[in-house]
Amino acid sequence: MGENLSQPFEKSSMTPEEIRKINREQRIQTIAFGFMIAITLLAFIAVGADVVPGSFAIPFILGLAGIQLFLQLYYFMHLKDKDHGWPNTFIVSGIVLVIPTIVALMLLIGVTKY
Amino acid sequence: MVREATNTLQKSVLWDWLTTVDHKKLAVLYLISGTLFFLKAGLMAVFMRIQLMFPMNDFLSGQTFNEFITMHGTIMLFLAATPLLFAFMNYIVPLQIGARDVAFPFVNALGFWLFFFGGILVSLSWFFGGAPDAGWTSYVPLASRDYGGLGIDFYVLGLQVSGIGTLVSGINFIVTIINMRAPGMTMMRMPLFCWTTLVTSILIVFAFTPLAAGLALLMLDRMFDGMFFIPGEGGNVVIWQHIFWIFGHPEVYILVLPAFGMISEIIPTFSKKRLFGYTAMVFATLIIGFLGFMVWMHHMFTVGIGPIANSVFAIATMIIGIPTGIKIFNWLFTMWGGKLTFNTAMLCASSFVPTFVLGGVTGVMLAMAPVDHLYHDTYFVVAHFHYIILGGIVLGLIGATFYWYPKMFGHKLNETLGKIMFWMFYVGFHLTFFVQHILGLIGMPRRVYTYLEDQGMDTMNMISTIGAFVMSAAIILLVVNIVYSAMKSPREGGDPWDGRTLEWATPTPVPEYNFAQTPQVRSLDPLFYEKIHGDGTMKPAEPIGDIHMPNGSIYPFTISLGLFFAGFGFIMLNMENAIISPWIVIAVGGIITFGSMALHSVKEDHGYHISKETVEQMEKEVGTNG
Repeated sequence: MGENLSQPFEKSSMTPEEIRKINREQRIQTIAFGFMIAITLLAFIAVGADVVPGSFAIPFILGLAGIQLFLQLYYFMHLKDKDHGWPNTFIVSGIVLVIPTIVALMLLIGVTKY
Repeated sequence: MVREATNTLQKSVLWDWLTTVDHKKLAVLYLISGTLFFLKAGLMAVFMRIQLMFPMNDFLSGQTFNEFITMHGTIMLFLAATPLLFAFMNYIVPLQIGARDVAFPFVNALGFWLFFFGGILVSLSWFFGGAPDAGWTSYVPLASRDYGGLGIDFYVLGLQVSGIGTLVSGINFIVTIINMRAPGMTMMRMPLFCWTTLVTSILIVFAFTPLAAGLALLMLDRMFDGMFFIPGEGGNVVIWQHIFWIFGHPEVYILVLPAFGMISEIIPTFSKKRLFGYTAMVFATLIIGFLGFMVWMHHMFTVGIGPIANSVFAIATMIIGIPTGIKIFNWLFTMWGGKLTFNTAMLCASSFVPTFVLGGVTGVMLAMAPVDHLYHDTYFVVAHFHYIILGGIVLGLIGATFYWYPKMFGHKLNETLGKIMFWMFYVGFHLTFFVQHILGLIGMPRRVYTYLEDQGMDTMNMISTIGAFVMSAAIILLVVNIVYSAMKSPREGGDPWDGRTLEWATPTPVPEYNFAQTPQVRSLDPLFYEKIHGDGTMKPAEPIGDIHMPNGSIYPFTISLGLFFAGFGFIMLNMENAIISPWIVIAVGGIITFGSMALHSVKEDHGYHISKETVEQMEKEVGTNG
């Protein structure tokens, strides 16, 4: 051990199979990235274009945001991959715990009594 | 001598302890600094009890009393209980899961030094115009820039620094427990102390982040003219209460769950039975951890959020009683029909159960939102949470100290002194806090420094103070016991209690690398399984070979020191006549911190190897010793 540690990972210990997998992963990442930019543009257009009424634009953008969140977490942060059970658990429990927090900080601040 | 390989022995003692990344040494550092903070905050409690001994006493002024209540709570929760629990988590968890160290030894050291310097920063407030005085909850507007003194700045910055330390340690434990388990040690074969450590660490990650955010907002308010919590300028004070208790309620479970774990280790060992309902215990722990996040508003019933919100949180709070009840009955059934040995550790563990139930019953009483208007801010609440904290966490900690002491320091604590200490502590504790329930119900408000004569409070306050003296005598006796046992107790082998879990399979003193060969785990309570079905020793999962160890590093110390300076610099922004410009202090601190980080990133450090020959020799020496 030792002498390989300063080498790039690909040279020291990657098989052709693994390199091929990494390349495919890169392609998926690029496509996902392009798609994400596209839906971001859509959101801007929905607001910018005069023909889209506000009553449609708001739920539309919120929907796009949901898709965006999913793509970010599952494609960019690799939650879709195998052996990501623990990261999935933590992200999901984080979301579950954060929802009541946000609701409380928005509604339950003594302004309106529920 | 046998404990360490030659590389470590070449360092001077001081340099070794400042740079250590060994989880066992960091545990000892946590234990010592946690104990010092515990004694300090305990002394404050005694002073407060002396003040409340007689009606209209003038032993302390109201201002000093306020500073004492604040510092007592802050230190006990952040700087005494947390590090003392971390001490045992650090020492025991890697041994129990069969690992050589935690996942990130460097981060482990960083966590300790951040906590330590954060604690020092909070304590420095005494020398700069007085400690924080707005209670450990530091409610705004009392703690806002218009009303709170310089002490609050020390509270904000000190807790921010030590909170980062707690947070990184929590992350470290999660990664360790998930990734570093020995072969065969599945999640459902882990000792319960590891499980509670895991859940606690998860709670730390989710709860200390809101605290950090809240403290940052308060800092912006106080030092940079923010308006988050200033109603006159569009802020809202209830938001601070929400953020604080979103952290604060899980914090209770962060502290009590490891104590549950300790009890769940001690009771099976001294009942000579496996833990009753292991699976139920694990899931109860998980459910408590989850529900701990859904109940924070029961601290705010009287704020006026509204009846529906109050009811929802009242019901959620009462539901926590169910998994806790499962745990209580499992401990009782573990003892049922067991071969019980009542030494000090077991006395603490078994008396934990009824004492904690008392605290739980008052907890359910407090959870009833309408009645809470009667209890709120009285001594009833004080009595309730001291039953949880002293009767739960401290009894667990004392039990764990007696139980794991031979593993950590190579000899047992004296049992006679220990039992005297336990009974004094137990009697003193109930004397102090049981009467406080009644004091609260007849209307004595908490956090008030005195009371009038002839309101029916004189006798009970006297009893309470006498109890505090007895309890302090017990703690002094514990310190005496530690010194006495260090001189008189015989050395012990690796397994003095006929233990069940993996930590007792290591020799004492535990070598630097813990396990010469990673053990193969075949069951829950692996060592007990090998004692019954094997030859009493763990089977190795790998051949003996070179062992890769991390190098020590001074960077954790310097990174934390830099943050300490930076924090102090921010506090200086509010000082009347600072000697030098605060920005210089902030810059120096920042340079030290980020410079150390940069150096640590740039310098390659692959650690070192303990050669196979050294390992074999160390094992032989340990074998003859143990």
